[in-house]
Amino acid sequence: MEKLLNEFSIGLFVWQTILFVLLLLLLRKFAWKPILNAVNDREDGIKNALAAAEEAKKEMQNISADSEKLLKEARGEREAMLKEAREIKDKIVSDSKEQAKIEGDKMIKQAQATIESEKKAAIADIKNQVAELSVEIAEKVLKEQLSNKEKQLQLVEKMLGDLKLN
Amino acid sequence: MSFMRIPYFTKFVFFVHLLFVGLISGQETEHDAYEGPKDKRTEIKEHIQHHLQDSHDFSLYSYTNEAGEPIYIGAPLPVILWDNGLRVFSSSKFNHGDTVAEVDGNYYKLYHDKIYKTDTSGAIDHDEKGHPTNRKPLDFSITKSVVMIVITCLMMFWLFTSLARSYAKNGSIPKGLGRFFEPIVIYIRDDIARPNIGEKKYRKYMPYLLTIFFFIWFLNMFGLTPLGVNVTGNIAVTVALALLTFLLTNFTGTKDYWKHLVDPLGKTMPWYGKLPIYIILVPIELLGLFIKPFALLIRLYANMQAGHIVLMSLIGLMFIFKSWLGSPLSFGLAFAISLIEILVAVLQAYIFTMLSALYFGFAAEEHEHESEPELMHV
Repeated sequence: MEKLLNEFSIGLFVWQTILFVLLLLLLRKFAWKPILNAVNDREDGIKNALAAAEEAKKEMQNISADSEKLLKEARGEREAMLKEAREIKDKIVSDSKEQAKIEGDKMIKQAQATIESEKKAAIADIKNQVAELSVEIAEKVLKEQLSNKEKQLQLVEKMLGDLKLN
Repeated sequence: MSFMRIPYFTKFVFFVHLLFVGLISGQETEHDAYEGPKDKRTEIKEHIQHHLQDSHDFSLYSYTNEAGEPIYIGAPLPVILWDNGLRVFSSSKFNHGDTVAEVDGNYYKLYHDKIYKTDTSGAIDHDEKGHPTNRKPLDFSITKSVVMIVITCLMMFWLFTSLARSYAKNGSIPKGLGRFFEPIVIYIRDDIARPNIGEKKYRKYMPYLLTIFFFIWFLNMFGLTPLGVNVTGNIAVTVALALLTFLLTNFTGTKDYWKHLVDPLGKTMPWYGKLPIYIILVPIELLGLFIKPFALLIRLYANMQAGHIVLMSLIGLMFIFKSWLGSPLSFGLAFAISLIEILVAVLQAYIFTMLSALYFGFAAEEHEHESEPELMHV
């Protein structure tokens, strides 16, 4: 202890204190503040950048989820539309088939009716012709039968014979 | 790994021990025949003693010329005394203690690196214990240590302001030396200041912690250069440093800190229970207030002093052995110790900074740990 006290130099102590405090104050103002601020700023910058990146990543995920959803919706919509179109097509086809059938039937019926009436007309015509022909034949037959006197007398006799009978 | 090394190390120590004991005993018998080594030993001892102390000259080395006169290579430094007025003169007037310096009718003599007031003959009186009884004027000289402190201050100021400027210039990115120093600065912030002082208040103490760390470290490192100035191993310097820590601790102390000091148990016990404990505890607490910085200053002083003594003794051994075996061996040991001293240089700076931060942490504490055990403080 005595050696320590003997070694202690008040002058050196004073110089050391003055110089060190001076150094401390100067460095605080001109070195440590700017250095620590720079380091802090940089660290904050890195922290912010990381947070922003995280945020962006999240946003990207949201966006991709959104687009996924949209895609799904679109796909669904397409599916629905296709289905509807198919239905419409089927309906149109079946409708037109029916229509055609009805139309066909109608035409067939008409044709049948026409045929029927034509047939009737033809039959009527044939009947007339048959009648005319028969009359003509009868005329010819009569003309032939009544061409000589004998025969005419025979006929008159026959007819008179018939009348008597009546 | 370490358990492998231990046997090797003990073997090595044993080997060295054997060699040394053998050599020293051998040398001793050999040299006892004539007076030579005794002189050499005392010379080396005195040289070490001289080296450890502050000096009024910035001497690089000295030798004895053919005429037997010591020649000193170095520069004289200004001597500033307060002796009924300011006396400023060059230390060359002392002629390394050989002559009496006469200033304004006053006579001063350098004796064992201290300035004493004396008469024209330069007589130094001694008491029965051998201590000089001459009056010592107040000595504010620019000594070798002061020069080294100034150099360190200038160097640190240049280094760290240029670092700060480079940050401003390069957009907060360290360049060059900053790449080396920035991790240290960040280490002090994140591993010394933050955990010990706390997130809220550490900023306030950062300039002090950084300055003290680099100051002690650089001065320790300067002590290992061939300049070999033992600044941090000087009690006046460590007292000044520890005193600053002490003052900062107690001037920034919160109400809780002081309450903790005089009422360490708080509300955990009724007053009549605390009273008998406090008769012992409070004086211990108050004593601890001074013991903490005292331990700080002694630790740094003793470590640096011891390092220099060991290193110089080993170097001195080379000249004592003067053999093909002993001298290289002590050189090797001195080299190894130098490497360890490089580690010690940074370690002591770290410990000083760390403990300062710890004390600041106590001073800055806010209530939170009422029930924490008191042992933390010891």
